[in-house]
Amino acid sequence: MEKIKSLQDLEAFRNSIAEKRKVGKPCIAICSGAGCLALGARGIINATIKEIERQKLKAKVDIKTTGCPGFCEQGPLVIIYPQNILYTHVKVKDVAEIISKTVINGEIVDRLLYTDPTTGEKFIHESEIPFYKKQRRLLLGNNSNIDPNNIEDYLALGGYSALAKALFEMTPEQVTEEVKRSGLRGRGGGGFPAGRKWESCHNAPGEPKYVIANCDEGDPGAFMDRALTEGNPHSVLEGLIIAAYAIGSHEGYIYVRNEYPVAVENATIAIKQAEKLGFLGKDILGSGFDFTVRINRGGGAFVCGESTALMASLEGKIGEPRAKYIHTVERGLWDKPSNLNNVETLANVPLIINKGADWFNGIGTEGSKGTKIFSLVGKVNNTGLVEVPMGITLREVIYDVGGGIKDGKKFKGVQTGGPSGGVIPESMLDIPVDFDELTKAGSMMGSGAMIVMDEDTCMVDTAKYFLTFLEEESCGKCVPCREGIKRMRQILDDITEGKGKEKDIELLERISATLKDTALCALGTTAANPVLSTLRYFKDEYEAHIKQKRCPAGVCKALIQYYIIDEKCVGCRLCEKACPVEAITFMGKKKPVILDQSKCIKCGICKDVCKLGAVGVK
Amino acid sequence: MDKKVTAIIDKYDADRGQLISMLQDIQAEFHYLPREALIQVSETMGIPLSKVYSVATFFKAFSLKPRGRHLINVCLGTACHVRGASKVLEQIERSLDISRGETTNDFKFTLETVNCMGCCALGPVVNIDGEYFGQISAGKVDSILNKYS
Repeated sequence: MEKIKSLQDLEAFRNSIAEKRKVGKPCIAICSGAGCLALGARGIINATIKEIERQKLKAKVDIKTTGCPGFCEQGPLVIIYPQNILYTHVKVKDVAEIISKTVINGEIVDRLLYTDPTTGEKFIHESEIPFYKKQRRLLLGNNSNIDPNNIEDYLALGGYSALAKALFEMTPEQVTEEVKRSGLRGRGGGGFPAGRKWESCHNAPGEPKYVIANCDEGDPGAFMDRALTEGNPHSVLEGLIIAAYAIGSHEGYIYVRNEYPVAVENATIAIKQAEKLGFLGKDILGSGFDFTVRINRGGGAFVCGESTALMASLEGKIGEPRAKYIHTVERGLWDKPSNLNNVETLANVPLIINKGADWFNGIGTEGSKGTKIFSLVGKVNNTGLVEVPMGITLREVIYDVGGGIKDGKKFKGVQTGGPSGGVIPESMLDIPVDFDELTKAGSMMGSGAMIVMDEDTCMVDTAKYFLTFLEEESCGKCVPCREGIKRMRQILDDITEGKGKEKDIELLERISATLKDTALCALGTTAANPVLSTLRYFKDEYEAHIKQKRCPAGVCKALIQYYIIDEKCVGCRLCEKACPVEAITFMGKKKPVILDQSKCIKCGICKDVCKLGAVGVK
Repeated sequence: MDKKVTAIIDKYDADRGQLISMLQDIQAEFHYLPREALIQVSETMGIPLSKVYSVATFFKAFSLKPRGRHLINVCLGTACHVRGASKVLEQIERSLDISRGETTNDFKFTLETVNCMGCCALGPVVNIDGEYFGQISAGKVDSILNKYS
């Protein structure tokens, strides 16, 4: 590969890729996103390579490992091109059949198709499946067409054309203006208008200026930044280079959390390939603009997603935030003007430059434009990543895209915004996905985790979970956060252990107010949200714990008891064998077992292993 | 040890901004951050040892204690939590007779927790030496641990 030195070179190179691909060889695309890997995709990849060799098809069939298309629940996913056939739950033993039947003869393997759990209908193509139908996948759509480690795949789909347009047809000011007019707001949680941030950084005095892509996705339950950086790293990189051009920066960073080794690897490879072809480095595409990027790995600290803490960590210091009376766009990294954007925000930029601000702000609501990727997880049927236009209701996301609640249980709440957000109850499911509407409901957009909770989820436990998380992750610099969260967690411990007092609720509210007013950074000021929102919508659960010493959802150990439902138990001994404390006694075949409450440690394994639902909780 | 550490420092041109990456590489090499390595980083780069120590103890990814041959990471992210991750963790603790953050006496396993691995759709998730196990329950723990002998 030679360096591309002009616009003509770029188009010539793009044409040569298209020419090479004209032949249209069949291609087996295997998802190697984290979800599919967890379900055994590595084995499928190896088996496919072996089988292709065994059948001597190496010259005739392509194998591609792609990023995450989002339908993790159905993994491992395999797509056969050119017919676009989607196979789900693929196992190693299916590989030979897929190759000989589908790839060679174009026949469909029926049992591997996605089957709608409610109607039983089978679907051949991704686009027909209800999970994908209401989505608008501007950012995620290409993940299943691209091998993230092959820049040619990205170029074949028009990649880096937005960069070329920005560099050759637009001034930096015009680029910023376009992004401003598009209404793009930060996808990392804050929702600050991206174009305005760029403008402030551009106008701030001081050189050099830095641009940083934030892939420190610390929000538990969210993984869209991971999917983008792993699956389509060049789209993030292209957005970052355009941001640098608009701001007048020549040095950039991608800050990736260390828990995402594949994202680090793919981004590193993407940078190398982009450098080789001249999309990064000196005199990019012959435009005279210089820009270099390096990757920094985080160290596993939630607070490092906060801009000032992230920049401290980039300087090799501990990730403590500072008060932001001086904004980072004026004095950030090494005290120089620095612009930090979330990965998903940046991935939107090439689309806006290519298709124009008017196209982009035609999607969404008055105050929130474009699409948003959510990680739809928890007690919902179709878990995975979903990209929906802003303005869609939560109900549509959970029921139409997500396919409703698992195992026919009753919906209780949906948690958005991670540890800084809150739980939204059933009665408010018709509010639209919109930065301002979610804030009004006492939650927030956050980075886009959407955790669905059913009747078996205890809201006091959920609040305690978030506070335990935040207590661990508090950097300890300011007192309200360090001490306040700890005290609140202790109060919730008491409540879940049956030691709650009537005044506890009031005390929780008072500490929450103090935190909100006095903590140093946004992590502290929003830390009480999970408590406040659960108190607002699920106060009865708190009261049940405090007054009746009862956990209605059957979660809080000190307040529950496991018991054998005699009518359902057939004495199969599964639970007896699994019980770690020998609390279960076998009474003979076809007779219910007996559970000794004095020995039971409430680990719940008996309930897990029972295939007949004969273990209950009260 | 000093040669390996020198090579890692050189790889990052002794750039102070890359301190966290260096410590990560040192940890990948030795499975923890040995005291001597931290001293060497401090002396070579001219950063006070107290500063290196503060970084090494601030971030969750670092360990100052030697770790076992197999590193178990139990994800306690929200999605895993609502699907019963704490029961999975407790079962591992019982099976190995250690608490989170500890290493078994034979240095076979170290048990740690992480606040999200980004495999949220498949919770609860456990990662052992980089390999992911999705949709597990307390009942499946022992059969997974038995694979590592």
